[in-house]
Formats: sequence, C-alpha cells, structure tokens
Amino acid sequence: MTDQKAPILEVRNLAVGFHTAAGEFDAVKGISFDLYCGETLAILGESGSGKSVSASAVMGILDSPPGFVRGGEAYLDGENLLKLSPSKRRDLMGEKIAMIFQDTLAHLNPVYTIGWQIAECFRVHRGFNAKDAMARSIDLLDRVGMPDPERRAGDYPHQFSGGQRQRIMIAMALALEPAILIADEPTTALDVTVQAQILDLLIDLRNERNMGLILITHDLGVVAEIADRMVVMNAGEIVEQGPVRQVFANPTHPYTKRLMAAIPGRGEFREVLPLPEGDAPKAILEVRDLAKHYGITGGMFGTSTGQTVKACDGVSFDLYAGETLGIVGESGSGKTTVANMLLRLTEPTRGTATLDGKDIFSLAGDELLRLRRRFQAVFQDPFASLNPTMSVFDIISEPWLIHRDVMPKNRYRERVVELLESVGMVADHAERYPHQFSGGQRQRIAVARALALEPEIIICDEAVSALDVSIQAQIIELLADLRDAFGLSYLFIAHDLPVVQELADRVIVMKSGKIVEQGTVVEIFTNPQERYTIDLLGASPIPDPEKMLDRRQRRGISV
Amino acid sequence: MTTPTEPAAFIPPPPSRGLRLLSLLWNDKFAFMGAMFVLLIVLFAVFGPMLFGDVATKMNLRARNMEPFTLDKGWLFFLGADALGRSILARIMVAGQNTMAVATSAVVAAMIIGGTFGLLAGFIGGWFGNVVLRLADMIMSFPSLLIAMIVLYMLEPRVENLIIVLGITRMPIYIRTARAEVLEIRERLFVSAARVMGASHWRIVGRHIAPIVLPTLTTIAALDFAFVMLVESALSFLGIGIQPPDITWGLMVSQGKNYLQTAWWLSFFPGLAIMMTALSLNLLSNWVRIALDPVQRWRLEV
Repeated sequence: MTDQKAPILEVRNLAVGFHTAAGEFDAVKGISFDLYCGETLAILGESGSGKSVSASAVMGILDSPPGFVRGGEAYLDGENLLKLSPSKRRDLMGEKIAMIFQDTLAHLNPVYTIGWQIAECFRVHRGFNAKDAMARSIDLLDRVGMPDPERRAGDYPHQFSGGQRQRIMIAMALALEPAILIADEPTTALDVTVQAQILDLLIDLRNERNMGLILITHDLGVVAEIADRMVVMNAGEIVEQGPVRQVFANPTHPYTKRLMAAIPGRGEFREVLPLPEGDAPKAILEVRDLAKHYGITGGMFGTSTGQTVKACDGVSFDLYAGETLGIVGESGSGKTTVANMLLRLTEPTRGTATLDGKDIFSLAGDELLRLRRRFQAVFQDPFASLNPTMSVFDIISEPWLIHRDVMPKNRYRERVVELLESVGMVADHAERYPHQFSGGQRQRIAVARALALEPEIIICDEAVSALDVSIQAQIIELLADLRDAFGLSYLFIAHDLPVVQELADRVIVMKSGKIVEQGTVVEIFTNPQERYTIDLLGASPIPDPEKMLDRRQRRGISV
Repeated sequence: MTTPTEPAAFIPPPPSRGLRLLSLLWNDKFAFMGAMFVLLIVLFAVFGPMLFGDVATKMNLRARNMEPFTLDKGWLFFLGADALGRSILARIMVAGQNTMAVATSAVVAAMIIGGTFGLLAGFIGGWFGNVVLRLADMIMSFPSLLIAMIVLYMLEPRVENLIIVLGITRMPIYIRTARAEVLEIRERLFVSAARVMGASHWRIVGRHIAPIVLPTLTTIAALDFAFVMLVESALSFLGIGIQPPDITWGLMVSQGKNYLQTAWWLSFFPGLAIMMTALSLNLLSNWVRIALDPVQRWRLEV
C-alpha cells in the first residue's frame, strides 16, 4: 500500500457549526484524517453524523449561512483549502479535487445535453474549442461505460437511468483528472445490481489514475466492498478509524460495535411457520393473476398510442395467517404496484384477491370500509406519511373517527397512550407534531396508526428503507414483536434483501412485473434457483471485507 | 427506546387555545400592531355612521379645504376639511363602513367560492376540473375593471352588485392557486395513508388538504384586499361604483384629486387609511400563516 508516501489531503481539526433557532450547533467537532494516493477512504456515519458536512466544508460548498467553518485546516499540496480566496478555490476545484453526489438528477442541468455539460469543463478550464471538447467528452463517456457514447452525448439528463446518470457525473468529475474524488453516497439511490457496477467502475478508475477516493456512505456493505481504510463518525466526531478489515474484525468503540450489531441479515433465519399440511391449507389472502397495465398516451390530445407498460403482470401468491411474506425486487419490478392494488389505491387491470371468500377488488361502499379495518399499511417515507398539521394524538385517533364503532370517544386518549407505549414511545408524545420527531420515531407513530384499527394484515411498503441502520434494526424488531403479540400477517416489500432475510417466512422475488421465484426464506437465500435471484443476492454488498474480497476476485477486479 | 442523541423538543403545557393564540400574537409585535389597527377600523365601520353620520355630511362653507393639524374647530377637524367643509376624520370613519363592507365581502366571497372550486377542481380533476379552469381563464382574460364596468353599466350601481362583480373578477386567482396546491398535496403519502384508513373524500379534502392550502389563500386574500379597495375607488370615480352621498375611501381619494395642488390632505388621509389597512392585513396574514403551521410555530414561541 502507499503508507510510506505523504498524504495528498490532510484534514486537521476541522470544525463546522450551524446557526439554528436554538443557538449554534456543532455539526463537526474537530475531526482529522489523511488521504493517500490510490486508496479509498470511507467516511461512515448515520444521518446527522456530520459526514457530508465535512466533505462540503473541504470542497467549499457548505451552505453558508447557516453553516460556517469554525476552525481547522485542510491541506492539499501544502495549501490550506479552507483559507483560499474564492477565485483560487475555483481554479483548484475540478483540477485537483472533484465530487459526485447521490441525487444525480438534481446535479445535472436539465436544459443542456450531457455531452455539452461534460465539454464545458474542457472549455472553461482548458480552453479547448467546442469540437475538441466534445471529442474528449465522448471518450470519457466511453470510459465510464456508457453504451453508444457518440449518440448518447446528444441526449438530455432525463433520458438516462439513475445508474447511467451516475456514470455521467463520474465522467464529469474525472474530466480534468483530479487527484482526489469525493463521492457522497454515490450509490444510495441505485438498485443493488447497478450499485455493484458503479462501485466496480470507481475502483477501476481509482486504480487506473492512482486517485485518492473518499467515499461517504451510511452503508457498511459498501464500505466492506471497496474501502481500504475507514473513518466512523458519530455526532460530529470521529469515533474510530483504521484499515477496513481491522475495524470490521475488531471494532473497539461502542458505537462501531453497535453499528456492526445492527447490520441486517446477520441473524438467524426465522423459524419458518410450518405450512398447514393436509388437504386444504387455508390462506387468509389469495392473490390470483393480478395485473396492472398502463396505456402510454402521447400526442397533442393524449390519445392512446396502443402501447402498454405492464407494471404488474399475472402475479399470484397466498398469504397465511401470522406469516410474513417478503416481496423483493429492484425499482420498476412492480412490487409497490402490488401493494397499491391490494390497498385499493390503484385499480387492477385484472385479477382477484380473495379474503374470506370475497374478492376485495369487487368491494365498494360499506364493505370496502370494513375491509380497510383489516388491511393497514406502513409506508416508506415517515416524513411524508404523517400529516404535518396534525398532532400525534390526532394522527393516531383519526382511524376511529372514520370507523366510529371501533372505539368510544372517551377512550381515545387512553388507547392512544397504549398504542404509543406498544411502539416504544411515551404518553407525552401525543401532544407533539410530526416534525418534532426523528425518522425512526415517526415510523413508530406510523406503525401505531396502522395498529389503531387492530388489522389482520399490515402491508409494509419499504417501511425501513429510509431509515439509518441502527434505527432500521429497531423498527424490524418492533415489527417482529408486534407480529408475535397480535398475530399479524405482514406483506413486507423491500428492495433490500438482508432486511427481508431477518423478518420474512417466505420470499417472493419480482422482476419487471412478474414473479421470478418464490419460496421459503431459507430456500431463496441459501439455494436460489433463478439466474436473477442469484444475481440479486450476489450484488448486494455483504458487510464482511473477507467475503467481499473473495467475491471481487471472482469477478476479476483487483483491489 | 428513544436514542439519547435525538433532541427532545420543549413543549410548554398548553393553556387555553385562545390564550395561547393571544400570546403568539403578542410575540409578533408588527402583527400585534396590525391587529390593533384592523380592530380600530372595524370599530369605525360598525359605530362610525351611528356616531358621526351627521358630522360627516354637514357642510360648512367657511371651513372649505381647511388645513389639517389644528384643533381650532375641534378634534374632528384635526385632519382638515374637504371642499365642502366636511370633517375628513369623520368622513374616514364613516366611509370605513362601506369600504370594509365591499372589500371584505368581495374578498371573502372570492376566497371561499374560488378556493372551494379550486380544491374540488384539483381533487376531482377530469372534465369538472377542466370546466372550472377554463371558466377561470375566461374571467382572467378580461381586464377585471372592464368586466366590472360592463356589468355595473348594465345593472344598477349598488353595493351588492359591486360586491358580486368584484368577487367574481377576483375568483380565478384563488381557483388556480388552490388547484395547483391540491395537485401536489393529493399525491403525498399521508393522503394515501388516509385513503387506506377508509377516509371519505370529504374527510381527505377537509382534514388533510384544505388546512395546508388555507394559509396560502389567506395570504393572497390579504394582498387582494388593497387591490379590491382600489378597484372599488376606480369604479366609484368612473361613476359606476358607489355614488355620493354614500362615501368610501376610494371615492374620497378621487374627489380630492382636483385639489391635489392646493389641498393634498383631501386625498392623502383616505389614501393613508387604505394603505394602512392593507399593510395591517398583510402583517396579520403573515402571522396567521406561521401560527397555523406547527412546523413554523416555534418562531413565535421563542
């Protein structure tokens, strides 16, 4: 490794503060780290740990105000980045140090072609003429693995997929051959299979150009996959740093230990409920040949073009009482469409879902209202699924105002407190508003609301995807406890395989609107039959550096 | 189960709702002053004609265009007198009634009717939404003053007709704003969550969508208030609005126009009343927006 050489970037005692209503808040409290040529340094932390803020401060793109650099130095080639004049800093950015982001659509200008946007770097910094600049851009697009780069250089950002846009961002960042690339959650918004490709590309480029790569992430799996050294941040401080293998094998700080313990998919498989044997295994919900097709409309009058998108196409499965059925798939696989149809938020094109001998899609009026009591949902984004103008008490008691016979009005308060306590919160929380809670707490409130009607089935649509790992573990534990306490059945939808592994009894793997494979959780995870399932399992990063090295070598990529 | 890093928000025990709102109002000094001024105007409007109705119409040719800021003829003439020697202060207080009646009714009617149509157009969509929108476009494509002139020329220029015309011409702005906001809000997850609970359409619109749209509409209404007062004065000036001997602030401004070179106070003080009312309402609506929003409310509590 490159330990003997001097570091290319030295950060010393970097401190960043924010002005808030409640006074100044220390987001980063004096952190120090080094970056060497040709290595990958991972900065790992949960939301609010200050990992992105430190990188923004080094890059000089901190939102200021309210943010401000309180002190410290960041040396690049002997120059303190934090003290540079804005014009000198501009010269340095892109030349020496470049950055890529999570939200690619927001960071590409929608009104210029991507070829033009990459070429801009060459024209501004290198003074190339338009033709040469474009030729270089096309070379770069080719290098980052964009198929048919000459044609695609003329396309606009919205015409690319998320993974392709991240490739474009990488091409742009690499245009001036910087010595340091900072990647802020570069793969968080991507599907696992695409994530693996982007990480491969980053490693490849790092080796080829001997860059220093700083990878900011919350995902231990990603760290294990590509980082050499890691820095663990919590509440603005570095709690632990060292070579990845050492930290994983032997975490010393309690926070790191807690984080490692919270990684989903490490626990044992759940003991699978024995399916009722005999002549008639009784499913509480039988879904048969469920399909949803969207017609593509076009032209001036929105007439149908005759083409259809099959968001969901002939899906059949059973859900048994007290069991958790995981539905796994990448974006566009139709898993959320299935949930929305079962919740009667979207009408299916065809198919039936039988609950107690009645097709739920044929219900209307009072019958539909009665169905709602048995079917509840917990959604992905706890920041969006609670009405910001309602107090927690109003949110949890609203179902009873709709279904008047569930609860007499004088028992509302008592029952809200009971529900809050059953999801691990306290009575005082009832008077507060959603914005006063963290993401994990909001998701608990959403679970309490779902429980208010004492349903039999809860559909969890990516219910833990937006949460930090340690919070994720808590919510999964909560869901498991509630399932055992109330005999609930879950339809648990996720893109994340390890999460499903811990909670589900059986798993359905979906792709392009169809079920690819289904089976018990042990069958799917230990002995997958279909190519797609194998790829999906192979692509999701395992938070274990040894295993990742093994896998990487098999893919023929050196680390 | 809460992790120790999560900040515990401080919640004072709630006293009564009214008291809490008052203390929130007191904490925003500008809004408080605005509220006091609006209250004063409302008192004028209610009691003005009763108390000063006679003074306001009593001519005194010896006090023609009397200068303001003297107490020679008593406090009622502190703001001077108009071309016929009538007390300007008394006339402002009396005119407050007609002005507020026209402006308040027109703006409130436009807000409620326009807002409701906008909410429904956004929520229901389809042909209903299209019809409502095209109607709004039709109203918008005419200059509002022109419609008012045509309608009032054909109908009798009475207070009720003025209110109806002004209300209709101001409606599109509420329809369009409400509809645009609803289109965004109805896609939010908490609306889906309410549907899953089995909430009726009325409940979703009333409980989940309307409270979020309302602050925007009240802000627009406060801005619109001044506009409506000015349109009303323009119509009165053209002779198709409120006619003398009835008075409004706008009418007073236009009557003083001929004397701007020699007696500026004839137009200035009624104009000041219009401006101050509009400003107070703006400050107040800004406060309402913050006080109604649980996420912003802390700004008034610190």
